[in-house]
Amino acid sequence: MSGIMTPVLLVAVIGLICAGLLVFASKVFYVAVDERVTQVREVLPGANCGGCGFAGCDDYAANLVADEELPCTKCSPGGAGVAAQIAEILGRAAGSTEPEVAQVMCNGVCDARRTVLEWQGMSSCKGAKGWFSSPNACMFGCMGLGDCVNACQFDAIGIVDGIARVNRENCVACGACVGACPQKIIKLVPVKSQVHVLCSSTDKGAVAKKNCDNACIGCTKCTTVCNFGAISIEDNLARIDVSKCKSCGLCAVVCPTGAINSFKKLPPKAAAEKAAAAKKAAAAKAKEAPAKAKDAAPAEA
Amino acid sequence: MVNLIVIFMAIVLVNNFVLSQFLGICSFLGVSNKMSSSVGMGGAVVFVMVIAELVTWPVMQVLNKFDIAYLQTVVFILVIAALVQFVEMFMKRYLPALQKALGIFLPLITTNCAILGATINAISYGYTYIESVVYAFGAGVGYMVAMVLFAGIREEKLATTEGIPAPFQGVGIILVAASIMALSFMGFTGMFQ
Repeated sequence: MSGIMTPVLLVAVIGLICAGLLVFASKVFYVAVDERVTQVREVLPGANCGGCGFAGCDDYAANLVADEELPCTKCSPGGAGVAAQIAEILGRAAGSTEPEVAQVMCNGVCDARRTVLEWQGMSSCKGAKGWFSSPNACMFGCMGLGDCVNACQFDAIGIVDGIARVNRENCVACGACVGACPQKIIKLVPVKSQVHVLCSSTDKGAVAKKNCDNACIGCTKCTTVCNFGAISIEDNLARIDVSKCKSCGLCAVVCPTGAINSFKKLPPKAAAEKAAAAKKAAAAKAKEAPAKAKDAAPAEA
Repeated sequence: MVNLIVIFMAIVLVNNFVLSQFLGICSFLGVSNKMSSSVGMGGAVVFVMVIAELVTWPVMQVLNKFDIAYLQTVVFILVIAALVQFVEMFMKRYLPALQKALGIFLPLITTNCAILGATINAISYGYTYIESVVYAFGAGVGYMVAMVLFAGIREEKLATTEGIPAPFQGVGIILVAASIMALSFMGFTGMFQ
């Protein structure tokens, strides 16, 4: 009898000690868990995509309750509906959810860009950048090797004509591609803003143009034509302030290289302006060309 | 002192838990896909191994005294699980930053075979209290070393399926890579006698 009693008793005692320890710990080290955390968590979609910037939906819910300042609109897959529900649970104003979408800030398609080597290595932008900066002449642009495509969980980005393009219907603006791109040329932009500078090159105009036909050359035509002061040139690159931009598309019209692109169909008036601008540019070029040749001749001699 | 250093180095390099004793393989393969999470997991394993060893060694003396050493496994699992739970509660209250850093890995490794293996091995080798704690610490560090090295390989070389024959893609190539790494650790054999 004692043969079996000793181990049974001993294990039971050890178990009891452990149980007592845990009961004691749960009382002494008790941390109140806000029931609102569970409620918020239930509302969130549970995609755990990390688009909000936290480690999954649980983490976002905990941070939402803990931090009064944190906006409840960070969940891109959930959208406005989820934000409203969270706001109701937490009893604060929902705030406006500005639906966003990823945008690749490069238009260096195969026909436009110059390449410096034929890349036959692994199909990874990160790898290509690590070895050679980029297979393209432009060091800033999209290499089209698909790191963003691999990162996307929603099948919303693909390589078209040598560069990454976003399918706006599928994109939930989780930002996975933004983090995956070694060139840092994918940005989250408001869906409603229709005009973007599709270039990320901060090279000087002449160099940028030599490397890619569609590059922004920093000519300031767009800054002068903009009626809202939304465009500024910084480091030889036009930058549109989305808060001021009204998506009128005038800048896209006057842009001589096509670096500024508009999703909107351009109004006829603007189209006429574009034609005029193109004419003017051509005339100026024709005038400049002989003058330049004259200037260059003595320098070469 | 020299004895302790030999025990430590031997378990880190020669008898590495993951690469030569095949303990903790599941978490090794599961968590090593990202450098950041493998460091977190490694740190948690070192921490839990040491405290588990600190507790189980005295428990073993009790078991030996009552002559029921055959209950070792059952009792150790019980003690380690309760201990990890306790530590988690304690950290939540007093060290929330550390608890956040270790995150989900702490409760996950409660039932990791590497933890149980370290405690049982140290006792079967007949180590003293200090020796077995050093052994457990070394086992944890060895796990972390293997984990971090392998996470580096996976992030660098196995991130895409590019160039990998179709039948080897996924778990296949990961196991092949792990075994090649284990082979390279065989080079340390006989270094610390």
